[in-house]
This record gives sequence, C-alpha cells and structure tokens, in this order.
Amino acid sequence: MKSLGNLSKRFSSLTTLAALVILMVIITFINPNFFTANNLLNLLLQVTANGFIAFGMTFVILTGGIDLSVGAILALSSALAAGMIGAGMPLPLAVFLCLVIGAFLGAVNGFFIAYGKMAPFIVTLATQMAYRGLTLVFTNGNPLTNKMDGFFLAFIGQGYLFGIPFPVIIMIIAFALLFVLLHKTSFGKSVYALGGNEKAAYIAGVQSNRVKVAIYTISGAMSALSGLVITSRLSSATPQAGSGYEMFAIAAVVLGGTSLMGGKGRLTGTMIGVLIIGVLNNGLNIIGVSAFWQQVVEGVVILVAVLIDVLRNRKSLRM
Amino acid sequence: MKIEMTHIAKSFGSNQVLKDINLTLNSGEVHALMGENGAGKSTLMNVLTGLFPATGGQISIDGETKSFANPKEAELFGISFIHQEMNSWPDMTVLENLFLGREIKRAGGLLNNKEMKARAKDAFKQLGVNIPLDTLIGTLSVGQQQMIEIAKSFLANLKILIMDEPTAALTERETNRLFAVIETLKAKGVGIVYISHRMEEIFKVSQFVTVMRDGQIIDTKPTAETNVDELVRKMVGREITDYYPRKDTPIGDVIFSVSHLNSAGGLFEDISFEVRAGEILAFSGLMGAGRTEVMRAIFGIDKLKSGTVTLNGKQLRIRKPVDAIRHGIGFLTEDRKTEGLILDFSIRENVVLPKKDSFVRRGLYNAKAAAIFVRDLINRLSVKATSDEQLVSDLSGGNQQKVVMAKWVGISPKVLILDEPTRGVDVGAKREIYELMNELAGRGVAIVMVSSDLPEVLGISDRIIVMHEGTIAGQLPGKGATQEQVMQLATLGE
Repeated sequence: MKSLGNLSKRFSSLTTLAALVILMVIITFINPNFFTANNLLNLLLQVTANGFIAFGMTFVILTGGIDLSVGAILALSSALAAGMIGAGMPLPLAVFLCLVIGAFLGAVNGFFIAYGKMAPFIVTLATQMAYRGLTLVFTNGNPLTNKMDGFFLAFIGQGYLFGIPFPVIIMIIAFALLFVLLHKTSFGKSVYALGGNEKAAYIAGVQSNRVKVAIYTISGAMSALSGLVITSRLSSATPQAGSGYEMFAIAAVVLGGTSLMGGKGRLTGTMIGVLIIGVLNNGLNIIGVSAFWQQVVEGVVILVAVLIDVLRNRKSLRM
Repeated sequence: MKIEMTHIAKSFGSNQVLKDINLTLNSGEVHALMGENGAGKSTLMNVLTGLFPATGGQISIDGETKSFANPKEAELFGISFIHQEMNSWPDMTVLENLFLGREIKRAGGLLNNKEMKARAKDAFKQLGVNIPLDTLIGTLSVGQQQMIEIAKSFLANLKILIMDEPTAALTERETNRLFAVIETLKAKGVGIVYISHRMEEIFKVSQFVTVMRDGQIIDTKPTAETNVDELVRKMVGREITDYYPRKDTPIGDVIFSVSHLNSAGGLFEDISFEVRAGEILAFSGLMGAGRTEVMRAIFGIDKLKSGTVTLNGKQLRIRKPVDAIRHGIGFLTEDRKTEGLILDFSIRENVVLPKKDSFVRRGLYNAKAAAIFVRDLINRLSVKATSDEQLVSDLSGGNQQKVVMAKWVGISPKVLILDEPTRGVDVGAKREIYELMNELAGRGVAIVMVSSDLPEVLGISDRIIVMHEGTIAGQLPGKGATQEQVMQLATLGE
C-alpha cells in the first residue's frame, strides 16, 4: 500500500497541474490563437524571469523562510554588471561576476537570518530597501545602456537554440540542477527537515545555520540570473527592474502547493505555479482583458487556489 | 449527573478504534481509565465531548439521549476535557484566560472586569488555588497552568471533568496539590475521569477503574477490589512477570567520561562522571536538578563554560549536535514531539536524518539504500506501522518513541544518551525499549539514561548517579539500591 504522505504529495501536484490544464483549455476555447506553437514558446520565454526567482524562493519557503529582497538583488546585481561592462570588462567575466554578486547579496541575508537569529521577513525587507537604494545610488537613478549590445550578452536573453529561446533553455537547465539538489541530495533533506521542525532537525545533526545561508545564497544567485536575462532582453539595466517580483515568485511557489510553514512542497509544483501565472498573463492579454482587470483576475485565482489547498488539508486533518 | 454510554463504536475510515463500549460515569466519583497507548481512551473521551461523532451506539445523560456537536457544547453542558497539551495562551493573563470566549460583559459590550475578578477569586478559593490573576500564563509552571484549566472549567458549571495524563509533567508537590483539588471537586459532586498510566495514582485517587485494550473495554471494577498485577495483565492481555528484563551481559572498560563540566547558564556545576562499555548509567533526581541540562550541554545543544568530554581516551570538541553525532553519540531528547521528531514527516525521513550523509554516493543521495536501512531498523525495533512512509504523527506514543530510538540506533552509537526514554509510553512498548537498551549494552554501547521514574531507574540500571540542584549528590549501585536511598540523595536529606 502506498502511504498517505506520498499520495498527498502527488495529489497536490496533480491538482495544480489540473488547474493549469483547465486554464489553458478555457483560454484556448475563447481565443484559439493562444494555443499556437509560437505563442506557447513566447509564453515560456515570458515566464523565465519569474521562474528563476521562484525556484530559489522554493528553497527559502521550504525552510519556513521568505525572501522579499529578490527584486532588489536582481536590480543591484544587473546594474553592477552593466557598470562593469561599461567600464570595459570582458562580457563572460561580467556575467559570471553578476551571479557571484547576487549570491553574495543573498548570503548577507542568510547570514543575518542564521547567525543573527532574525526573522527572514524583517531581514529581507530591510535588505530590499538597502539594495534598492544602493542601485539608485550606483545608477544615479538612470538606466545603464551604454555598450550593452555585445553578442554574448544579447544571446543570453535574445538568442535561440534549436528554435527554442535561450532563456527557456537556461530555465530548464536551472530547474534540472535545482531539482537534483533539492530531491536527490543530502542538502535537500536538510532543507525539508529544517522547515519541518528546526529544533528536531538541529538535534539530529542538520547544520541549520549553514543550510540557511546556502538557501538565501541560492535565492540571490537565481535573482541575479533573472536579472541577466532581463538586462539582456532590454539591452539595459534599469534601477527599478524587478520591483514587485518577490510577490509573483511567492505566489508561484504557493500556487505550486508549497506550504508557507515550511517542510512541504516540491519544485515541480513551483514550475506549474510559474506556468499558471504565465498563462494568466499571456492568456488574458490575448483574450483582450485590460491590464487593470488582469491583476484582479490574478489575485482572485491565487486566493481560490490557496483556498482549495487549505480546504483539502483540513479534510485530511484528524486526531 | 449520570452519563451512560452504550454500544459506542467509532471508526476512522476502515480503521475501527472503538468497539461496543459500555461505560457509566457518575458525578462525585473518580473513575480511572487505563490502557496502553492507542487503546482508545482519548478517542472515547473525544467522542463523549463531541470532537468526533460516534459511528454507533448512544450516549445518554440523566436518562436523555444526547450527542454534542463539539467540545464547546459539551463544556456548556458541564463536561470538560483537559488534554495533555493544554490550550493556554502564554501572553494572556490568568484572568483573561479563565474567561476566554465567555467574557462577562456590561451592557454596551465592555468587559466587566470587576465581576470576572470576583468570580475567579471565588473559584480559586473554593479550589484552594493561589495564583495572582494578573500573572501571564507563560510564566506559570505546567502544574499551575493545569490548575488554571481546572478553574476555567469549574467556572463554567462543571459536572464531569476529564483529565488525560494530568501528572505527566508535574513535580511531586504539584501532583499532591492536584490530588487535593480532585478531592475538593469530588466533594462538590463533580465526577472525574482520570486517564493515567501511573498505577500508584490510580490506587490513590480513583473509586472505579476501567481497563481498555484495542478499542474495547476489558473490565470495570471498584479500584479497591483489584491490584497492580491484575490491571497490567488486563492492559497488555498477557502476563508480564518482570517489568524490567534481566541484563546479564558483561560491563567493559570506561569509554566515555566528562570532567568538571560547568554550564554557561549556571544550570549545573562541576559535573564529572564516566560510563563503561555495556553499562547502563541512570541519572536520577528531582525535576529541575539539572540532569537534562547536563546531557544537552554534552551533546552540544546548550553551551558549556568549562570542562572536558572524553571518548575512548580522546578529548572531544563538541560545539553543536552534528559534532557529537560524528563522534558516535546519540541523544534521545525528553520531548519527542518538539525535539525528537518531525511530526508530519514519514518514519523514513525521520529515522534517516542523523545518518543521511552516509547514503550519499558521488554527491547524490541514495534513497533506495536509505529505505532498506530504515525498513531493517523499524523491523528490528518492531515499530508498528503500515509502512516506513507512514507519517509519525499517526503513530501511538510508544511507536513514536521507537522511531526516535531507531533514529539513534541507526548511527551505531558508541554512547547513547536517553532522556526519559519511556515517558508517555505504554507498558508493552516500555518493556521493548528496555530490551533494546539491554541489547545495545550487550553490544558494548555505553548508555546514559535520565529518568524520573524511580522503579525504572532501580529496575534497569547498573549504576545510579543522583543530582541535586545542579551538582552530583551521590552514586548508588543499580542492584540493591532502594527508592528511599535515591530520594534521600535527591533531596539531600531534607
């Protein structure tokens, strides 16, 4: 007999997957232009920016934490990278350093949360302001666009490989790597254990501080990666890039069935959550719903999805 | 009030947890309810108070058929259930907590604090409780919190009070105070259902005792007409001749020692002791004597100010639990629900945790090898579960404790520290845990056991260290020591 735990894990992914399919069917029914190879590829390209951040956010939320600084990290790391490119640094090196900076900014969060024993919400709220402020200081409030059109950089956001947009390929690779990290390594076990019961995990030998620093580092690096793709697509780094992205990422993670209390959830769920938000954005556009109403619909969908999840969990609750 | 339950049945899905229960409860008497964990005692009381609907049978109160929709309704009717885990709000005052959800209001909706204070004081006086009403709940001891819970139901027209393991976390003084309150309530005509594993208490407070096993009532008798052996036999369904299995494996050389340990928080000082391979060393003492704190510091959970820890002649540096685990030290904590287990994780995920790194091959975690390892362990420890993927929250207390044991046996410990290994565990599982301890000792593991259960300390240990107010008060041999000797050291002759 398969256990309840496993069954509910699968069930959770299945319901979100069903929601995604139903959503796509409805939109296609209203406007068949939605379901064309071209548009679907375009949709995938659109979700990459949120995808990277949501993958990192999944690790954070699985430990019961939250990262509100992702958008600010995105902006600061891309602005610094753009600055370095402007100063004549070779592109591959600048791209690499951009990811390192993102990882470092995330590690700073993790350091305060782990060793300072501070609440993730507060720490990342504070660093969000500080990082965004630094971005404004560095850019003087203006977008950085000079010398941003090198082939290498352009390819990251605009290139195609085998007819597939290159960011989509990066997203698939990032997903695969993080999936392995989360589900097939000892580190992944630690992430879940930490979210399930931090005290018990610590006593069982989980190095909670190191794990916390690591997950916020991952979240920072993924934000920087998201920033790279956006910068490359726009050929410029803007100081306001990524504002509000933390909310889309959190929404995607929660839609994907990951518990905000930590300990429960899967990366595949997050991928589906990212796609649901992407389908909504793209689909409502195609149907011709106004941008203002789109936000209303997105909010309602998130509410309903989470409500369904809560109701289902309540049913399985027994003494 | 007279409650008659007839042919009560309850099942969760296909799992029948109560079968054909017939039980009568009267006001003014204490009725003890005994049985192993998972026998159905709490479920029966939850059915009575309306948390779960019964799937068969009926409940009549003073001759009228009655079924409560929820515990609140039962409470309004005078039937209160005080659970093991109390529903207190740590940041509320005693007064606020006493009237939570049924505040007395003046016309216009404002709180009538004066009236509430007066009633609370009156209730406290009747019960002989003396706790200031503006104290925060979180600053009270468990025993005091329990008194608040009792007073709270007393204020709500109490007729039948159900208590689940009320003394599990109480000191001896608090236990005696509880018994005094129970007597008072009884004299005022309140009926009490007393769920407990502790024999002495049952014989001290109850007039009737009902034994449950596997969801059925085995027998109900006046307490005066039965004895410990009969009750144990009925609970487990077989004779247990020895509560404590004989241990006759040899004791080897000293493998683990600590010297001059001082706590950074001032909780204990100058603690030195050694343990031999194959030895079971018990730590006895009153609550708060610092036994648990010593073990937590050795294991790297709490900080040490000074002192050394030596294993096999090598001095260890333990700064956090993972260091201790790497050296082969395991630690079963006192509180399995908050520190021992991740409750909504599977048995497998729990057991594998301290050993997870050893299943990593070329950076990847080998889930199959881990599963085989866990299955072997839970078979060896005879954990009763449908599979190793069952959630530990679905297991009984005894089986949960076996899962924690499995977790530490899994690291192949050289030293195993067990803090209250049989707390809240039924008789059958207790015996199995003792046997496992003997088996481990037989294979040369040095075992340090902290226990507040004196018969257990005397029954299974090779040597006893008694602590008093943060220091070691003395040592006794395991064989031949008496409860009086231990208590004398624990209280330092006071």
